[in-house]
Amino acid sequence: MKIKITTKELTSDFAKEVKERSGIDVKKCYQCGKCTAGCPVAYEMDYMPNQIIRFVQIGARKQALTSRTIWLCASCITCTTRCPKEVKIAELMDVLREMALEEGVANPMEKDITTFHEAFLNSVKKHGRISECGMIMEYKRKRPKAALKSALQDLSDGSHLMLKGKLSLAPHSIKGKDSIKRIFEKLG
Amino acid sequence: MSEETKKTKIGYYPGCAITKCSTSEEYGTSVLGVSRVIGPELVEIDDWNCCGASSGHATNHKLSTALSVRNISLAEKDGYDEVLAPCPMCSQRLIVSQDDVEKDEKLREEVEDAIEMPISNNVKVSNYLEIVKNYSMDEIAEKQKKKPEGLKVASYYGCLLVRPPKILKFDDPEDPKTMDEIVTAIGAEAVDWEFKTSCCGGGFTLSRTDVVVKLTNDILEGAADAGANAIAVACPMCHANLDMKQNNIEKETGRRFNIPIVYISELIGLALGLNPKDLGMDKHFIDTGSVINAFSNIEK
Repeated sequence: MKIKITTKELTSDFAKEVKERSGIDVKKCYQCGKCTAGCPVAYEMDYMPNQIIRFVQIGARKQALTSRTIWLCASCITCTTRCPKEVKIAELMDVLREMALEEGVANPMEKDITTFHEAFLNSVKKHGRISECGMIMEYKRKRPKAALKSALQDLSDGSHLMLKGKLSLAPHSIKGKDSIKRIFEKLG
Repeated sequence: MSEETKKTKIGYYPGCAITKCSTSEEYGTSVLGVSRVIGPELVEIDDWNCCGASSGHATNHKLSTALSVRNISLAEKDGYDEVLAPCPMCSQRLIVSQDDVEKDEKLREEVEDAIEMPISNNVKVSNYLEIVKNYSMDEIAEKQKKKPEGLKVASYYGCLLVRPPKILKFDDPEDPKTMDEIVTAIGAEAVDWEFKTSCCGGGFTLSRTDVVVKLTNDILEGAADAGANAIAVACPMCHANLDMKQNNIEKETGRRFNIPIVYISELIGLALGLNPKDLGMDKHFIDTGSVINAFSNIEK
């Protein structure tokens, strides 16, 4: 795929900004493509993992932060493990996701994924632990289209889990849930 | 805590997915059941919280680090030198967060301020395979009551037990052997296969089911091609995806694998002669009867 980026769009200090936030030095990457070769989700991505690194190298901020790729990364860390230059690619995806959320530019095509993360952390914030039922309900409520698509399968899987006593409606709350709330207030 | 108790007791951090009434409770049930027979004694860390899992580190590094480190701090307060986190998502998050605060003094200060506790980082966090290998191999040999016949197991490690290798320092990240050694020790055959550390899609179960269905299909096919009649796992996410998604795969491709996905702790439990029900083996999506029935009493 040919990608057109004008020099006007480039931000010269993007790589520096990423390095300051995370310690990850993308300049080390010589574009061998090993990360992309081993990525299990590359087939679904709009840009290959090595292209995302290239975006950061040249300062194509918008292309990196609005990509679907950063959300589709499953954090399996195969890329980081195999990188001959020891670039922490999976960890780079974390920083880019964080920046995309802060700037409100996360790709809307992967809203199911960002909403899931939101629902997951809301549950932790509320109870200190995951309330699987509550988290799933929040996710499904906020993503009705996705919920409808998987409704039949969910019903069958959900009833199996319920029957086996593996899905509890009551949340597991911890004693120190106020201390968890304070962690979220300070760092959330 | 006396020196004596310190040596024998290990702090237990179950994590959300494997506690009672959760989707992977049989993992917790079997880990605890096995430890009651062969040790080491596991004592739950008081008031532990969720490590933040993938949603934490994918969206907020500091928050994710603080959530994980709070548990380390609680374990230190309880006097443990070692903590078992059977869920690899948890063990990986705890270990990586320890490493992050160790290397970044400013982050450590922010995290200590947020969790309102100090952290000295003297606790070793272990995954379940490490605990079995380091404490229980002799005990298994000593107390084994049943042996499997014709059980061919594909040991599936997934991602988070072995990656990132520089920080986790556990086994070979491309061809780990620890689980295979346990499988062989109880008398099953560990098949050689290509998908030991391939990703199952992890936390995309709900948000990108299509990705999980594709990746689990590849893994199940790999196991079937290698002649495995069961897949052993040590991760609740790997288990949920491989066990539950076989129904989705059948709907989409018409192929029914029907491969039982068993926790390594369940296999050890069966070898020790524990009741399959007490190990939670009736709670799977894919029937585990063929695995249970492969075990019979060892004639002495």
